[in-house]
Amino acid sequence: MKKLLLAIVFLPAVALAAEAGYRLDRAPIDPKDLVSLQAGARTFVNYCLNCHGAEFMRYNRLTDLGLTETQIRDNLIFTDAKVGDTMKVALTAKDGKAMFGAAPPDLTVVGRSRGADWLYTYLRSFYRDPKSPTGWNNAVFPEVAMPHALWTLQGERALEVVSRDAQHAPPEYKWSQLSPGAENAVQYDTTVRDLVNFLVYVGEPAANDRKRIGIVVLFALGVLFIFAYALKKEYWKDVK
Amino acid sequence: MASRLMALWDWFDSRMPSVAEEFRKHLAEYYAPKNFNFWYFFGALSILVLAIQIVSGIFLTMNYKPDAALAFGSVEYIMRDVPGGWVIRYIHSTGASAFFLDVYLHMFRGLLYGSYKQPRELIWIFGVLIYLTLMAEAFMGYLLPWGQMSYWGAQVIVNLFSSIPFIGPDLALWIRGDYVVSDATLNRFFALHVIAIPLVLLGLVAAHILALHDVGSNNPDGIEIKKTKGPDGHPLDGIPFHPYYTVKDIVGAVVFLALFSVVVFFVPEMGGYFLEYNNYVPADPLKTPAHIAPLWYFTPYYSILRAVPPLFNSVFPGVAMMGLSTLILFFLPWLDRSPVKSIRYRGGLYKGAVAIFVLTFLVLGYLGTEPVTVWGQAGAWLGYADRATIAARICTLLYFAFFFLMPWYTAIDKTKPVPERVTM
Amino acid sequence: MSEKKIDNTRRNLIVATSAVAGAAGAGAAIPFAWSWWPSERAKAAGAPVEADISNLAPGELAVVEWRGKPVWIMRRTKEMLEAIKKVEDKVTDPKSEVPLQPEYAKNEYRSIKPEYLVLVGICTHLGCSPQPKSSEAKGEMGADWAGGFLCPCHGSKFDLAGRVYKGAPAPVNLEVPPHTYLSDGTILIGEDKKGA
Repeated sequence: MKKLLLAIVFLPAVALAAEAGYRLDRAPIDPKDLVSLQAGARTFVNYCLNCHGAEFMRYNRLTDLGLTETQIRDNLIFTDAKVGDTMKVALTAKDGKAMFGAAPPDLTVVGRSRGADWLYTYLRSFYRDPKSPTGWNNAVFPEVAMPHALWTLQGERALEVVSRDAQHAPPEYKWSQLSPGAENAVQYDTTVRDLVNFLVYVGEPAANDRKRIGIVVLFALGVLFIFAYALKKEYWKDVK
Repeated sequence: MASRLMALWDWFDSRMPSVAEEFRKHLAEYYAPKNFNFWYFFGALSILVLAIQIVSGIFLTMNYKPDAALAFGSVEYIMRDVPGGWVIRYIHSTGASAFFLDVYLHMFRGLLYGSYKQPRELIWIFGVLIYLTLMAEAFMGYLLPWGQMSYWGAQVIVNLFSSIPFIGPDLALWIRGDYVVSDATLNRFFALHVIAIPLVLLGLVAAHILALHDVGSNNPDGIEIKKTKGPDGHPLDGIPFHPYYTVKDIVGAVVFLALFSVVVFFVPEMGGYFLEYNNYVPADPLKTPAHIAPLWYFTPYYSILRAVPPLFNSVFPGVAMMGLSTLILFFLPWLDRSPVKSIRYRGGLYKGAVAIFVLTFLVLGYLGTEPVTVWGQAGAWLGYADRATIAARICTLLYFAFFFLMPWYTAIDKTKPVPERVTM
Repeated sequence: MSEKKIDNTRRNLIVATSAVAGAAGAGAAIPFAWSWWPSERAKAAGAPVEADISNLAPGELAVVEWRGKPVWIMRRTKEMLEAIKKVEDKVTDPKSEVPLQPEYAKNEYRSIKPEYLVLVGICTHLGCSPQPKSSEAKGEMGADWAGGFLCPCHGSKFDLAGRVYKGAPAPVNLEVPPHTYLSDGTILIGEDKKGA
């Protein structure tokens, strides 16, 4: 009977099916790595915030990352936004739709809806595709409307998908570099890692606090358990 | 000081003696069997979760906006801008799942020990009503975050009503107040979720407990303790609920709260089972997610719905079976023909039936969280049908067999003699 | 004897368990009570406001919104400052003893620089917003009116430093909000000069 209860409580985690079957890489993120988060914040405001907003995230919340409000104002705000404002995008949804065919989604909680691994793989899987209106396509998100925003860093790449005969075997993905970017492959992976780390943080800024407070709460309940259990034992001595 | 307090209490008691009277009737002099085991924690825990949901829910309404344009943002506002808002929201989202977990285990206890049998049929009926009300409460609450899963889940469930012959389409339109799930739907679901259904729920819980205290609690041996009373008129196998079960339930509550806190503080999404990932995408009436699954507590019924093939181009048979699968619970006291209550004294037939039923329920629940293609396709001899659909169909048949064959297998089952007094 | 001993154990255990449970309950109440403090959005909206005063003409009054309240910035002329000195015996609290101003504005003119007056434009009586009345409004305000403010709701009168006249329904002077000069031409309202 107790095993049944355990089985119900600890249901297996749902695996998110990757689109088009492209295998996702595990994102090596660390929510406690402030240097990585700060680097991610810089990449985000420089490369993402032009088209995507994070309209529920306030700039001054970035003090979580060990920055002062002055540092945030001087290094991360390029618009006339105040430090207490949310990270709104200048591009309106209507303009975005006209430019890309679909309005670029808000990225505040994209770390929660897509997950770190998907983002990490997606941002490293763009390739040149002359058939696409933007000239770009993506192995994780085929026909994506978004062009490769980080291409100056990664450079241009091409993808050849070699489908193997049997329907069960996944196709083989052959990547090739067409032109170099400002960063080599290792540097680019780190840049994306930091950006994804930041996006996951933005998805739930309270996550680190949550875990810290959780330990205190569990400790308090542990103390309460000792007393409650002793009290129960004391009373139940009567029951024969 | 102490005598002052006593004097104050006397002053109060002489003006409102019913407080002390009810305390005696329902706690200090309510004699409960002394052999309650692990399974008897979940009634009290359900009440605890109800209290948690009411308190956290009230505080959520202070910042939530029941408006299609603002709802999603107001939830994120609670999660980041309201001091402590994220704790309150996670408590409420975890509480919803904890409520169903407690209620399912509480109902399973009834199944194990025949708690629904004569003279406790009415308690069971009130309990099933609580369960159905809770489903309505959870369903409407799930629309409120206004994410993709909220939206399309509501769209699908409301559309189920439209499959009802003749009145269906109008009924669905009336429920939504619009041609699709919209601001009007959100606003009315909010009103129902925060006040109307909780009031019904509280009334039913009161009726459930009053009915229980009138006939007295069942126990793991399924023996009526009121049959053997001592010279003082109290059951020999009974102990006063207070203090014995209050101190015991406090221990249970602390353990429960510890598990609850583990979820709230370390895995609030519970791997996508308590908070679905896709619900962090704002509702978009023009874009259906690739895979819509309800939250885990509805998935057994969702599986039944998907398992039943459409008839005359209508999904109504599935809807009807899904409805029947919950409504049949009402008839359990009369389907069970066994002369004994507890599974301890029942024969192998009933034990086997319960084991298969539990397995069936879990498999249906699992399949409901996954797309029908999860187990791939069967071979040519089954027409390449989805294996998961075949499994769901078998489980659906077993689910109903458990109830419809119950009058037969409980009647012929070999039972063991029931002792006079409870065993510890 | 032994029964008494058991009772004591029980009593101690009840007290101890109740104390721990009470502490845990109080702890659980923290996020709920805490959620009533201003949210980050409210704090951002209530953040200090910058006001440009470089274009303010002598005698002119500018109104700035800070935390949903009107804040007046008045550039006072020499005559106006003279007028403040003259009415000293007619106002209730000429020395600003009641702490309605930051320490740096507790002076004759109730301001950092005598020239610029910064006031919360809310009457200390029942919260209406007074109106400026120049010294020319003698017909309405009486022959000895030296200029100041009049609350339209219940007729409280204030001088050009926001000090309340004797006999007015308002009990105390108008409030001076915390403020600081970022430069000669910019005032930051809502924040004192940074400590460090």
